[in-house]
Parts: sequence; C-alpha cells; structure tokens
Amino acid sequence: MSKPVVATASLAGCFGCHMSLLDIDDRILQLIDLVEFNKSPDDDIKTFTKQCDIGIIEGGCCNSENVHVLKEFRKNCKILISLGECAIMGGLPAMRNGIPVKDCLEEAYLKGPTVDENKKKIIPNDEELPMILDRVYANHEIVKIDYFLPGCPPRADLIWDALVALVTGKPLNPAYETLKFD
Amino acid sequence: MGRKITIEPVTRVEGHGKVTIQLDDAGNVTQSRLHIVEFRGFEKFVQGRPYWEAPVLVQRLCGICPVSHHLAAAKALDVIVGAGTGDGLTPVGEKMRRLMHYAQMFQSHALHFFHLASPDLLFGFDGDPATRNVIGVALLHKELAVQGVMMRKFGQELILATAGKKIHGTGAIPGGINKNLSIAERDKFLKGPDPLNADKMVEWAQGALDFFKGFHAKNKDYIDNFAVFPSAHLSLVRKDGAMDLYHGVIRCVDADGKKIINDVDYQNYYKIIGEEVKNWSYMKFPYIRKLGMDKGWYTVGPLARLNTCDFIPTPLAQKEFEIYKAYTKGKPNHMSMHMHYARLIELLHSAEVIRDLLNDKDLQKDNLVTKGKKKKEGVGLVEAPRGTLFHHYRINDLDQIEMGNLIVSTTNNNIPMNNAVNYVAKANFTGQKEITEGMMNKVEMAIRAYDPCLSCATHALGQMPLEVSLVDSDGNLLDQKRK
Repeated sequence: MSKPVVATASLAGCFGCHMSLLDIDDRILQLIDLVEFNKSPDDDIKTFTKQCDIGIIEGGCCNSENVHVLKEFRKNCKILISLGECAIMGGLPAMRNGIPVKDCLEEAYLKGPTVDENKKKIIPNDEELPMILDRVYANHEIVKIDYFLPGCPPRADLIWDALVALVTGKPLNPAYETLKFD
Repeated sequence: MGRKITIEPVTRVEGHGKVTIQLDDAGNVTQSRLHIVEFRGFEKFVQGRPYWEAPVLVQRLCGICPVSHHLAAAKALDVIVGAGTGDGLTPVGEKMRRLMHYAQMFQSHALHFFHLASPDLLFGFDGDPATRNVIGVALLHKELAVQGVMMRKFGQELILATAGKKIHGTGAIPGGINKNLSIAERDKFLKGPDPLNADKMVEWAQGALDFFKGFHAKNKDYIDNFAVFPSAHLSLVRKDGAMDLYHGVIRCVDADGKKIINDVDYQNYYKIIGEEVKNWSYMKFPYIRKLGMDKGWYTVGPLARLNTCDFIPTPLAQKEFEIYKAYTKGKPNHMSMHMHYARLIELLHSAEVIRDLLNDKDLQKDNLVTKGKKKKEGVGLVEAPRGTLFHHYRINDLDQIEMGNLIVSTTNNNIPMNNAVNYVAKANFTGQKEITEGMMNKVEMAIRAYDPCLSCATHALGQMPLEVSLVDSDGNLLDQKRK
C-alpha cells in the first residue's frame, strides 16, 4: 500500500508551527516511514506533483497570494488542517484588523524613527507585490477546513498524535497537557 | 525585446520571497531584485498595547528565532523600567537570559546547517529536488541527520527550561526573568544521558565544523568563489572587542577592515542608521547615515560577526577562529559560502558558552528582577542567529506603547542579498534562453547563505514554490517554467 501524501504551507503565520512540527525530534525519522511529503517549505518541491491526502496550513490569509495558495491546497488535498492560532483565527497578524491598511503602511514606511529620509514618501506598491487584503482572514472563511489544531504554536506532541491518528485511522484523544491555546 | 525572469517562491528559506531578473535584447542582465511580498503592519498595531506585552507579542513575528525578539524587546523594556542598558540586571537575570539566548543560537545554527544547508553540500545544487532536502539527508546520511535532530532538541529543551515554552516562551520580563534554573533542571543538561548533555553537544559541534572543513578542503572552488563581493560588516561586540551575542556596542568595519562605526552605544542607533524605502519590496533597506543610502549598506550575521570581533572568549572556538582568520590573512572575509563556516564556529562557541553557564551557581539565585526609575523610551539590541536585531519602544503616561520600531536581522541584509542575487544572475543568466534547475537553485542558494528569515523581516512568515517566467519588454509571456 502506498503511503499517505502530506503537504504543508505557511501563509500569514510566523513559521513557529512548522518549527513545532520539527520539535517532534527523532520521531521525524518515523514520520518519513509513515508518510510521503509532497509540497513543503522544508523541502525543494514547489508545486503539487500529485493529489495529497493531508494538507497542513499554518497562518491565515493577509494577501491575495495567501488566498491563491490556500485554494490550491483545497483543490489538491483530501483533508485540510488549520494548524495553530493564526490559521484558526488570524492570530497576531489579525491585530491589524480594525485598523485601515493605509495607517499600517504609513506607520511602517513614513513615520518610524529610521525612515525620516524617505523624502519622496515611497510606500511599496510594485506590481510584483501581492495585494494586501482589507483584513486578515481565518482560513475557514475562505475554504472548508476539516480539522483545527490549537496552540501558538500547537505542541509537537499534539501535531504528532493528530497525524498518527489520521494516518492510522484511529480516534484522536489528545492528552490534556498537549492541548493548549497559547 | 527584453525579457523578465521571475523565480518564486524561494523554498528552504524561512519566509516569502520572489526574484525577478530583467534581461535586455542582447540577453544581458539589466536588473535583478529580491522582492519581499509579505507585510504585517506591526509598527501600527503594537500601539496602545501595555508595554509589558511586547516581549511575548512581538516574538510572534517569527517562530524561527522567537527568543531573539523576546530578548531584544525585554532589553528595550529594561531601559524603560530603569534596569539599565544591558548591565543593570541581577546576575541570575542576566545569566538566565544568556543561557536562553545561546541555547537558541545553538539550535538555530544546528537547524540551519543540518536541515537547510547540508542538502546543498551533500547533493550539490544540481541535485534531484526530490532528495535535496532534510528527508534525503535522513535517508542517505542517517547518522548526520540524527545528530542534527538531537542538537536541535538539546537547544529547544534548554529554551523550554529557561523560557517556559520551546516556541514563544515567557521567561524574560522587563527588568529580569521570571524563573531561575533548579539543580534538577541543570543536571538534566550537564549530566543527561548520552547524547543529550553539554559535553556531547560541544563534541558534535566540533564534529559538524570538521565535516564542513573537510568538505571545504575538497571543494575550494565551489566554497571560495560563489558570490564573493566586498561589503561592510556590522555587529555588536563586547566592550573589549570579544564576540558577544547577547550584549555589546555597535561596531562596523568596511571592506578592508577599517572601523567605520567605532564601538558606539546603541541607544542612539537611529542617529547612526536609517532605512530607505523602495516601491518593489516590503522590506526596507538600511544604511549608515553618514555614508548615505547608496554607499552606507552593510552585512550582518555570522560572517559579519567574525569580521568585526577581535577574539572569541571560549577556547575551542577561539582556536578555530584563528584558523579561519588566517585563511584570509586577517582581512575581512567576503565569501558568501563562508557564512556556513562562520556559523559553525559560532555553533561551537555557543555549545561552550552553554556548558560554562550551566556550571555557574548564579543560575540558582532568587533575586530575579531589577527595578529603577521609569523612562519613556528604550532600545534593545541582540545578535540574533541571522544578525543584529533592533527593537525600539516609546511609551506614554498610561504605560501604553506609543511607538515601536524594529530593524530585524534579515532587513539589515537586504542589500547584500540583492547583490548576491545580482552576482549570480550576471554569472548564470546572461545570454541564456533556457532556465535550468541548477540555475534557479543557484539564485536560491545565494539567498539561502544569508539564512534569511524573510517572514520576520517583513514582520511576517512563510514559504515559497518556484516559478520562472520569461516576459518581453511589452509584457507578453514568452515562456514559463515551474518545478
């Protein structure tokens, strides 16, 4: 039987959830036996090369590119997991929700103590830059999400238990001390 | 008809980036740019928050080196709560933070070398992308992969013991720390079962460094000649010129090694350093004000730190430092791939510092916090794994943050990274009609040598697939390749 295929992405997150996945430590060698990785920032595979069984998404959507990647994942993965606070609720980046994007840009590029010589008042706007959304969106506001793993970041043991449960078809009974919301 | 080549996203660097290379009619590279495409707006939304939230809040810009942000913010707030500028903490406060910081340096450098850089060294940049990753390393060089995993684990466990969590901890608070290290916790790291103890970590760090030196001896052409260009280098150094990753004064040397910022107190960093804004990247472009926007750029990170410091204050790393310096006859090192060499010397240094600190009885003391006369404004700098990190806060009468400014390590390296991309583009893309896997990966490798945490540089985080587009000067798509 072929191994289940897993893909991961980090959208508007901090990569802490991916780092937490690495914190399963030596179990990563077992993980390689258990699943096949398709698309992930930790390897060099940059587009989907086949349909995946499990897609793991860190971070929510703060720009048009995040939305595009998320939709690609939905199209190519049977099961999508929102991993961590930002994916589930927008997290820290969503602290800008309720503040006009213009104010955020002006603070960063015109007002700070080290940008005083930006005499032409340049704010990045090149066509190569994806469009910033009006606010940060949780992933389930954009596409259907099947599972949610909380934490900032979710503990490595929780990610491990959830993956093993999914792959082996057994119920997930997370230990109390692994299920945290910070 | 000119052509434009786009490479996105750059994988195996932590963050979002995209490269465009513009060719003219003759096929010459006229322009190459590394775009940072994420924007968070931290500077605005931190306003109005109580100042003591900053160390736990701001670190969530980056889950790769959250400890650096945690500590830089705490150091800025030390100034605000009247606990001095890096020297006013109690011995246990200062040393617990140092332990946390060097643990992070250790795990981050181990992660970078084993997970992110070793695939290129082991499989070459023309290697099959399906195996050119940490999983490939695990399958083909299992012993090396296990070492990498266990070194990271040791560092992460030490961060857990000092900060309370492996990622996004809470250990540092304004004026000090919230816990000391118990004897039981200490012994876990000093006398832990093989391999998880401090002695083994020093041994393995030396082993990783020897592995690289062996590789270098056999691949001098590749390591010494890839993306070499002169640059100024900036970092913190201890007041006596020693390498110090937690605290110091700002020193910058030019391409020949002459000091252009001579051991200056960092509370006034904004008078020394400015940031240029360009419309094609969310990442700003820092410069030394007195040299201007065009000439004032500099590099930070492991290579820079070994170029600025006079010596390393631990014996094994100092011995390696002397060998390393002799290779360039004491002159500043400008070879991009020597960033890996420098990083591994720092890995060894960090392991030595951790071992020394664990043996220090100050860690078990109880006076955790210093308080003094409150101030309105504070600046905190640390040498993060990827280079100098600046945090700056001003508060109002209600203890709310009124202004927050960051210059993160990777932002400092914005111009050097663009220069590296430009160098590789000119060397590999000139006159080319086809874009090969190897060419694309060379561009990424040049960026990856800087170990950019692009996410936190845009006060963001993320990943990237690779897409190359050829566009003529009228904007018509001529060809497109994906991998």
